[in-house]
Amino acid sequence: MSGHYTSPIRDPLIEGNKTYHDITVDLVAATERAPSRAWWIAFGVSVSFLTLGVICMLITIWQGITSWNLNRTIGWGWDITNFVWWIGIGHAGTLISAILLLFRQKWRTGVNRAAEAMTIFAVICAAIFPGIHVGRIWVVFFFFPYPNTRGPLWPNFNSPLLWDVFAISTYFTVSLLFWYTGLVPDFATVRDRAKGLRKKFYNFLSFGWTGSAKHWQRWESLSLVLAGLATPLVLSVHTIVSFDFATSVIPGWHTTIFPPYFVAGAIFSGFAMVLTLMVITRHVLNIKEYITIEHIESMNKVILVTGTIVGVAYLTELFIAWYSGYVYEQFAFFNRALGPYWWAYFGMMACNVLSPQVFWFRKIRRNIWWTFFMSIFVNIGMWFERFVIIGTTLARDYLPSSWSYYVPSFVEIGIFLGTLGIFFTFYLLFTRVAPVVAIAEVKHILKSSGDQYVHGHEQASATAEVVEGSQP
Amino acid sequence: MATKNKEILFGIYSDEEELLHAVHKANDAHLVIWDVFSPFPVHGMDEALHLSESRLHIVGFIFGLLGTLTAFLGMTWIFTSDWPIIFGGKPYWSIPAFIPITFELTVLFSSIGMVVVFYTISGMGPGVTNPTLHDRITDDKFCIAFDASNLSEEEIDKRESFLKDSGAEEISTKVI
Repeated sequence: MSGHYTSPIRDPLIEGNKTYHDITVDLVAATERAPSRAWWIAFGVSVSFLTLGVICMLITIWQGITSWNLNRTIGWGWDITNFVWWIGIGHAGTLISAILLLFRQKWRTGVNRAAEAMTIFAVICAAIFPGIHVGRIWVVFFFFPYPNTRGPLWPNFNSPLLWDVFAISTYFTVSLLFWYTGLVPDFATVRDRAKGLRKKFYNFLSFGWTGSAKHWQRWESLSLVLAGLATPLVLSVHTIVSFDFATSVIPGWHTTIFPPYFVAGAIFSGFAMVLTLMVITRHVLNIKEYITIEHIESMNKVILVTGTIVGVAYLTELFIAWYSGYVYEQFAFFNRALGPYWWAYFGMMACNVLSPQVFWFRKIRRNIWWTFFMSIFVNIGMWFERFVIIGTTLARDYLPSSWSYYVPSFVEIGIFLGTLGIFFTFYLLFTRVAPVVAIAEVKHILKSSGDQYVHGHEQASATAEVVEGSQP
Repeated sequence: MATKNKEILFGIYSDEEELLHAVHKANDAHLVIWDVFSPFPVHGMDEALHLSESRLHIVGFIFGLLGTLTAFLGMTWIFTSDWPIIFGGKPYWSIPAFIPITFELTVLFSSIGMVVVFYTISGMGPGVTNPTLHDRITDDKFCIAFDASNLSEEEIDKRESFLKDSGAEEISTKVI
């Protein structure tokens, strides 16, 4: 829009002098062509992992939790580690789509669609773990309060574990609604280009969208209010996940720093996963002009900030443990850093705190390979963080005679690999069915952030003439 | 939608600034626009078409309030009268512990309510097919449409020449 002000130092967010029609063609292309060989290979690998995961889950359900290597001392292991890890990854999607919408950050338009999809798939992966770790999956509906013949006997509304049930189901529902509402106009774009059965399919998905001015007005109003609701929601979800630990009386868990520290960590790991996916997606789908180096640099800045917040939180925890003068708390942290799981703590510190500091350098923030490897590092580091919090703390409790060590069983590893398979299977299907970049929103910012409009007016008017001349 | 069997006269534009300009001109000429279609929201269009502000946020508030009350009063009833249990020596009616679930249900009710109302009042939903005027309205074209069902030849001509003068590159009629 000509009325919007954009700072002259901003790089364009859409490169290559695109017209509205070019944007449509480029972004719908991936859904219109047959899947490539690389896609089939990736899909095959993902589905294999998914199958492994399903088999391991069935073993868990058939045989019970004994198929895992948990013991009486260590009651939570890879299951809850993976649960928290996946929920954290989900947070970037809502942050990009909701918080950056409220802050009017235009670069969100390039990545919000894929990030929101990632949120939904990550929450699905996360939700599997609480479901199977209770051991009797056929009675998990006891989680929900409903009138029953046992009294009625209700769940404990004072328990953070129950808050989690509400937080995660709300988060999943709201993310799904938000994502789909954004997709409807784009599905209409795909529909109007399609023929035959494909048209029928997209006609169903597009809900009868016409692009009427009144509908756009309502759509914008809806998006804004949903963003306003999703912002405190996303902060609440990981806060409540941290309550699972913080409201207990276990030294090392019972700390007030947990909510902000978990939320920062969640955003940190989520952005890392978005970057992992985007670096590959933009290359494979050939949409580098829409997800530019500028987008990647912005996300790397978020990684740097949140990584540093997480680092400060780690150090604060250590300081407070020492300063509290409470021996159990002191021991818990001494044990975390130098106990039997010292390697996990070291991995966490190296991946989460030290390595993101390279992003102080602009050159590295704008380098694709650095970005890709750093995003993997951060994903690993954040997984270690959750394992450090859960595993090391439980391994050394108040009673030295019950101290223990825990190594996951094949089934636990299989379930984790299985959730990765589920995640990537869904993501790969998503890239085939839906436009991975929000078409309508990119068109909306074209005149303020498009290449030809950012780089001077003379050039802009020259291209505009060429563009008009070239149209039928 | 309640727009069956209408004869629609419409013009297709290829730029949103041109479109906005044309809408203003139509207002000046007292031509009543039936609807405007675009591939993305055009800012300034709401004022140009004199659309009243959307009241969806009020719907959101009402549903949110319903969620707050459902959660808070529900938990209150369950823990104070239906099945009171002491947890950790806390009072039956432990308000701080009810806050997380109350918040979550507020957001949940509000979001679901708003989305359902949005699709219902817009005449949209899974599998709904609404008539479209031009296949490129969702791509790169912008459209001003007049309802020509009950207009005389002369009035239709007037609208056609308006569309032509304001820069429409394609003018057509369609019965929907």
